Amino acid sequence: MLLRLIAITTKEVRQLARDRLTFGMIIGIPLMQILLFGYAINFDVRDLRAAVVDEAKTSHSRALVADLEATGVIDLRAPSPSLPDLRRRMESGDISVGIVIPEDFERRRLGNDRAVAQILIDGSEPMIDSVARGLSSVPLPTRAGDYMSRTPAFEARTEYNPERRTAVQVVPALIGVILNMTMVIFTAAAIVRERERGNLELLIATPIRSWELMAGKLLPYVLIGLIQTTLILTVGARIFDVPINGSLLDLYLAAALFIAATLTLGLVISTIARTQFQAFQMSFLTLLPSILLSGFVFPFDGMPRLAQWIAQILPLTHFVEIIRGILLRGAPLSAMQVPVLKLCVFLVVALAIATLRFHKRLD
Amino acid sequence: MSAVPQAIVAAGAMEPAIRARGLTRRFGHVTAVDGIDLDIPRARIYGFLGPNGSGKSTTIRMLCGLLQPSAGTVNVLDHEMPRDAEKLRTRLGYMTQKFSLWDDLTVSENLDFMAQVFGLPAQRRRTRIAAVAGEFDLTSLFKQRAGTLSGGQRQRLALAAATLHEPELLLLDEPTSAVDPQSRRDFWESLFELVARGVTILVSTHYMDEAERCHELAILASGRIVAQGAPQQLMSGIPASVVEVEAADTVAARRALVTDESVLSVAQLGTRLHVLIDPTTPDPAGRVLQRLRAASVAAQSTQVRASLEDVFVAATGFGREAGDKRDR
Repeated sequence: MLLRLIAITTKEVRQLARDRLTFGMIIGIPLMQILLFGYAINFDVRDLRAAVVDEAKTSHSRALVADLEATGVIDLRAPSPSLPDLRRRMESGDISVGIVIPEDFERRRLGNDRAVAQILIDGSEPMIDSVARGLSSVPLPTRAGDYMSRTPAFEARTEYNPERRTAVQVVPALIGVILNMTMVIFTAAAIVRERERGNLELLIATPIRSWELMAGKLLPYVLIGLIQTTLILTVGARIFDVPINGSLLDLYLAAALFIAATLTLGLVISTIARTQFQAFQMSFLTLLPSILLSGFVFPFDGMPRLAQWIAQILPLTHFVEIIRGILLRGAPLSAMQVPVLKLCVFLVVALAIATLRFHKRLD
Repeated sequence: MSAVPQAIVAAGAMEPAIRARGLTRRFGHVTAVDGIDLDIPRARIYGFLGPNGSGKSTTIRMLCGLLQPSAGTVNVLDHEMPRDAEKLRTRLGYMTQKFSLWDDLTVSENLDFMAQVFGLPAQRRRTRIAAVAGEFDLTSLFKQRAGTLSGGQRQRLALAAATLHEPELLLLDEPTSAVDPQSRRDFWESLFELVARGVTILVSTHYMDEAERCHELAILASGRIVAQGAPQQLMSGIPASVVEVEAADTVAARRALVTDESVLSVAQLGTRLHVLIDPTTPDPAGRVLQRLRAASVAAQSTQVRASLEDVFVAATGFGREAGDKRDR
């Protein structure tokens, strides 16, 4: 029994070691992804192209524009002579933020009941809106000796990531995304490939049991997944200064559980797909909602109810929650029993489906 | 074996290795195998002869429990299939039509893997691998990847892998379809050696010369057994007279003969024609010659013994549509 399990694992490792492309992907995919996400994807939006229509042309209006520019969020281009011209420039994509200071700026400023100026925002790009809206909280400039209480009532402070660096938010969850991507595809392909090449017909005519075949095939990938975890963690900590506040043991335990869950998802796919191409397509079908709905990029709380339910089914959602807890908040695994339990439920259910669907028969 | 009732044990030696009744398999509305009856005796080579798509592979897959029959019963080595398929795994050897060992593993790794999967203990594994390697001339290829082997070498490796665990019954699905003639001869030598040790072999083929080597044979066409028996018996029992025609212009000779109502079929073998004639026709060779002279085709004709090819043509309805297939 154990002999057959070892035989399958040994065979799998040998084949993997000889498949240079796949072997390269094991290291290449995580490395590429973390560098891509770490450097290119940056939610700290700066230097939005902007233009001003200043119809008031007072010293206060100029001071306001200077304050806005000083935030670094906008990069002021040539001023526009009129509102229609400003709108045309936004339409053509020349600018994404327009600042309109009306003629009656001074009156509004003193009246204190209406907004003194307007900010036009190009809503066609996702991240710009929220960032540009932040500009509206810039207080009105005051002259020396003019002690109007314009100080904001609240002071906001971002916990666990005081500098609000995107890498800190992205890298922990990225471990989950990368594992999800590689594990599902590798296992689905590993079994479907044998079916496609006819090896499976020979294998099922031997005394091997279904679970021995499956477990033997999955075992090497658990190790590969842990290697990938280590790789992303190392790069994340060294290059992007991502803190590791929690215990490493908890982290690897959580990773192993998540790896097992994604491997069984791959197994389920392998029992449905007939060709490797189908297996790849189905893997991507599960990957995209995982990335979008897991809270990796978009906040989970803002999603419609249906999306939240779907996200509950996906293992990545729970892992993102766990890994952010361990790495950033320094929480112990025992403090996150609910997501851990949900991952376990997924694992058991998926394993049951895969075992029920895999027959030692061709029909 | 110990729990089997005495009566069955006593009959065991005489029981056929495989017995099937009304074996049928449908895929959707296509009937691939249609009510086959089989009695395959032990320690014999039993052949399935038939064209592609005649149901050979489907039948073999049902016999080794990889496909569920749509109807009918199968009994293999005194076990009901597919219910007892898992119990029989170590007693069966199966060689798939397509080479299905691992191209990226070496010969010895492949053999080692299969021996482990069949659960052979370490000591026996070593002796068996050495034994099959010697038997099938694989020792010099041990370090070579299976993907780089020639067709004949792959075949030897596949048979070696299928016999590692010393099965009582070997099911070989078109084992020689991608192999040169010399390798085919060697391959059949190995089969006869296995049979001499008491192994039962079921082999499917579409080569007439291979079919002729079998102890017994079933000819399959469109999922049915159309003829069954020893090759010699089938050849002597053919329901037609066989006339061999030698003519310079075989095309003209063929044209002159196919219109005759006593002619059942005309097949070309090199420069000769094999003409199958209604067995009730007196002096078939004379009749053929007469017919050819009438069409002014210069030719010689002699009545000959039927070959297995003639049997095949006769059994599959003389090359006509299945609708007017003649019963024997």
